This record gives sequence, C-alpha cells and structure tokens, in this order.
Amino acid sequence: MTRVLVLGATSAIAQEAARLYAARGAALFLVARNAERLQAIADDLRVRGASVATAVADLDDPAVHEQLLQGASPLDIVLLAHGVLGDAEEVDRDAAAAEAVLRTNLVGPVLLLNCAARVLEEQGRGTIVALSSVAGDRGRASNAVYGASKAGLSAFLSGLRNRLSSAGVRVVTVKPGFVDTPMTARLPKNPLYSSPRRVARDLVRAVDRERDVVYTPWWWRWIMLAVRLLPERIFKRLSL
Amino acid sequence: MHPPESWGRYPIARQAAVRVAWRRDPLPRVHGTLLPFGQGRSYGDCCLNDGGTLLDTSRLDRFIQFDEQTGVLRCEAGTRIADILDLLVPRGWFVPVVPGTRFVSVGGAIANDIHGKNHFSAGTFGRHVLRLELLRSTGERAVCSPEENPESFAATVAGLGLTGLITWAELQLRRVKGPFIDAETIPFGGLDEFFAVDAESSRKSEYTVAWCDPRPRGVRGLYFRGDHSRREGAAPALREPPGFPLDLPAFVVSGPTTAAFNWAYYALGRSRSGRRQVRYVPFFFPLDAVGRWNRVYGKRGFLQFQCVVKERAAVEALLDRVASSGLSTSLGVLKTFGELPSPGMLSFPRPGVTVALDFPNDGERVFALLDALEAIVAEAGGALYPAKDARMSPRTFAAGYPRAAEFERHVDPAFSSSFWRRVRSA
Repeated sequence: MTRVLVLGATSAIAQEAARLYAARGAALFLVARNAERLQAIADDLRVRGASVATAVADLDDPAVHEQLLQGASPLDIVLLAHGVLGDAEEVDRDAAAAEAVLRTNLVGPVLLLNCAARVLEEQGRGTIVALSSVAGDRGRASNAVYGASKAGLSAFLSGLRNRLSSAGVRVVTVKPGFVDTPMTARLPKNPLYSSPRRVARDLVRAVDRERDVVYTPWWWRWIMLAVRLLPERIFKRLSL
Repeated sequence: MHPPESWGRYPIARQAAVRVAWRRDPLPRVHGTLLPFGQGRSYGDCCLNDGGTLLDTSRLDRFIQFDEQTGVLRCEAGTRIADILDLLVPRGWFVPVVPGTRFVSVGGAIANDIHGKNHFSAGTFGRHVLRLELLRSTGERAVCSPEENPESFAATVAGLGLTGLITWAELQLRRVKGPFIDAETIPFGGLDEFFAVDAESSRKSEYTVAWCDPRPRGVRGLYFRGDHSRREGAAPALREPPGFPLDLPAFVVSGPTTAAFNWAYYALGRSRSGRRQVRYVPFFFPLDAVGRWNRVYGKRGFLQFQCVVKERAAVEALLDRVASSGLSTSLGVLKTFGELPSPGMLSFPRPGVTVALDFPNDGERVFALLDALEAIVAEAGGALYPAKDARMSPRTFAAGYPRAAEFERHVDPAFSSSFWRRVRSA
C-alpha cells in the first residue's frame, strides 16, 4: 500500500491528487491548519477507498515538522502543496505580509523538506513532490515576492534532488501555471487557467514516471522558455 | 472556465458567480439575489440569475459517508452522478434514478426532481433522497426529510434552488450485479406501434424510452428498453470525454442536416435492433460520449421543449404540429410516466406521456412553433418542464403547477432565478 503524506491537504490541488491516490487504495496522512475542512476531506477520501490519518498543524512552525514526519513514516511519497499568493500590493508595502509569503512558501517548505529528506534518506527510498510555480521561473512586477519564494523553492528542490539522487530518493518539482483555485479566486480568469484536477493528474503522473521537473499543463514549459529567453533590457519594460 | 450559461445557451444572462467550496461555510454576502448553480445542465433559465449571483457548487463535491451494507450514501450537493457511479458501480451499487446525462450534480437532480427511464418502477429522484441539509440566507441550517421538516423537504425537492442552498444529501442507492445492461432496441412506425410496444415494455422492463422523429408521414422511432444484467464483472471507468472543441456556425445544425441525421440514426438503430448486452454508460447516457455537445448548435444555442400530457390525442397533436411546421427536431424523445407520486411541490413528472424535442435556436420561427406547442399542452391540461424551459408563460406555469402558491411561501427571500422572475411576473 502506497503511503502518502499530504502537506497542505486542504489545497484544491492536494485534494484532487489525494483522490487519485485514494482510488489506488493508498494510506494517506493529511496535514492542514483547519480541522473542520481537514475532516471533510478525510471523510471524502475514506469513502473513495483510502485509509486516512489526519493532523492539524501550522506548517509555518518548524517545531512541528520532525514529529509530523516521524509520525507518518515509513513514507513512499511526501506531497508538499501548501502555499499562499499574498495580495501583491500589500506585500509590496508591508514587510510583515512579505515575510509571511516567504515563510509559508519558502522558509517553511525548506525546513520541512529537509526534515522529510532525512526520513526518506534513512529509508533509502521514497519521493518528494512539491508544488512550485511557473512564477518562480522569472520575477514579474505583479508578484515579485511570490515569484521569489517559488524561485527559491524551485532552486532548493533542484539542490535537494541533486543531494538525494544517490540515496535512492527522488524529488519532483511541479510547476503549474494559472490554476482555478481559492488562491486565485480574486483574479480575473483567462483561457490559460486550468483546473486543479488537471494539475493533480499531471502531478501524480510525474511521480509515477519518476520525472524531475514538470510544467502543468505541459505547454507552460514552452511559454516559460520564451519568457526566460527575453533579454532583461526588454523584459523590464513589459507589464506582466 | 466559461462564464456560467445554461445547457441550451439561451437565454443569455449576466451574473456574478461565487464558489462555495466548504459545506460549513456561511453563504456569501452579496448585493442582489443568490441562486445555487451545479453543472449548468438545465436547458433554459432555471439555473440562471440575471443581475444576481450564482453559488457555484462544483467544488462542493465531497463524499461524506457510504454504508456498504445498506447502500446509503451521504455526499455534498455538488457531487456529480458520474462521480458516484464511477466509485460505486464497481462495488455493486447504482443510483436509483439517473437522467440522460451523468454530468449533473446531486443538488441539481434534487432541485429539478429529475426522472429517468425507470419512472414506472422508481418514480423521481426525490423519492430516493432520505435527507438533505438546507442552508437558508438567515444562516439557519435545517435537515429536511419526508419526516423531518416535511414541508421544507417537499418545497426543496423540485424547488429549483429557490428555497436555499442544499449543502449535502443522503441518497438510498440500489444494488446491481455489475455494469451491464440487457438492452433491446425495437424500431416503430406510428404512435399505435409506440403505445403497443410501450404497454408491453412498461410491464416487463425496468428502463424504457423512445427516440422519435416526427415527420409529415407520421412519427417513427426506436424504442429502447433494458434491465440491469445479472452478469457480474467489471468495466473500467470511462474517461471523461473531450469537450466539443468549438462553437459551430449556425447553418451546420439546420433543417437538411438534422433530417439527414435523424434518417441515419434511425437507419443505424434499425439495423442494430434486437437484444444486446451493453455497458450502462452508452445505454443511459449516449450523449455523454461528446463533452459539451451543446456547442454543436453554436453560440445561438438551442431550445428544448419538454411537456407531459395525459391524453394520446395531445401527443398526436404535438407531433403533427412539429411535423407540419417545416422545422425539424434535432432530437426527439417519447416516454410514458408511471403512477408513482412525485415528492416535490413543483415536481414535473405525473402520469401521462412526456415528449421532449430539441430545436436549434433560429429565432422567431422556432419561438412561434414553441408557442403553438405550449398552447396544445395548456389546452390538454399538461405541464412544461422548468428544467428544460426558456419561454413558458406565467399562465402555463400556474396551470401546470397548482401548488406554486404554496411553494412560494418557502422561497428564501434572498434567492431568486431568471426562471422564477419570468414565470411569476404578473
């Protein structure tokens, strides 16, 4: 039975990914802050065929990491799905708001995944899969802090993959484009948006196929290639 | 990620949409009125709220509890019938009443008190709802069932979303051996043959429905009947079909092409008539093979006319009127309802024959025909189906739904719909 730890289990993408694992009869360990919502998701996954354990925790707090990991191990898959977008204007003005984005998207995940890496390394197997973002591929005016947090996370995942490859532990970086989730509820939608279900399907497939870095939907790879290739001299004048 | 529209894409309404993703959340505070929106599979305007706000329940789609012994399923109201079938058919359970598409939400199935091909033996969907939770704009939550708050229950079943938001429902599923249906196709010509086959079939088959093509020389069609097979075994869950990729221009679905389609469909059905064993998906949901097939009609959309009438003479009059109109239906369905009472104050199914006809929306000509058909139904003391309707008059509605005034007392003051304002306008 596949054992999966889902960090940020109430996120829309995590929920859909957990359903795909539930359909395979996996054992799921769900972690989130909101007990009531966590319960609703746990019930759903149980009906779908998973065995489920839950823990209510604030993953921004490094003090809980070790205990969570130990409690859930042995583990086949660690799925890190929590993150915040932050209100761009507020983040640009308010230091505390910017720090909160960096803590939730970067500092917390780095400490948490270091912890997970130790557990999986000891086992000599397992997969870490984390949701980064295409926003980490190049900083943009509209979400510079969010982009920096995801760029940092992507770089960390790349380093972690490098470090763990000889230990038999895989690291998968998933970079979704725009996804129609509560995170983006306030933003106007355009045809580039995709559903959490689609992203979750790509995520699970990437884990199954032992991929390193995946963009989802796949065409974001080519969009981001073009975005990265633009000279900074031109890029800085664009409103993106 | 398309703006909310109804399945017929007519009429167009402008409204805000707010997602309700958690069943314990309060209703959002908005200016104007609210209306729950499931999968947008109602054809006309009963799922639209022009100038108001829709409560998008597509993420309110969690299972809550399933009892493998009794077949009682509790799930959130946005859960689709497809999700239930995918999960539970392999475990030997089936939804007791399914409509012509599996991509409807449980909340929508309740709010329209939908019927299926087994109306004779099972009645409407609402008869299999054990309990539901209703969230009203006051913040009050009430569990409603035939025993508990029975009036709210009778108003909410077939209540078109107007009594509040259904957050979850408990359904009684039924056992099946496997995913297969023993099906039979019988071609018929003329109403005499239809009624003869129907009288025989309603007694011996659980599921019955007929596809029909009303022509000047008389109606012809294919009668489908079937039962859950005793054959055990599994069938892999079907992948969701890809959506139809574009809005076709108006001329594609028009007189000559629909006539050709109807001819080909009849010829094919006739050549494949007889008994066969099929999976449940193509038997119950043939149109689900193409996602978003309504785009075939293009942006102007299409209209469905579905009525129920008691007398055979009215059926004849309806089909004759269509056949002589020069307009051709792109899809016609004939079915008889049984005697089992419907639980909702505004439930559509009642004893008689139901006729459903699709027409591309080519404007005035179709509207004139629909008016004429509506007049025949009103004359015959029948009713039109709100889930399919975009045009019926307040008078026809009042005549077809005598409990409307009683129902109105249960309408949540913060809830409304385009349909409701239309049929209740003085």
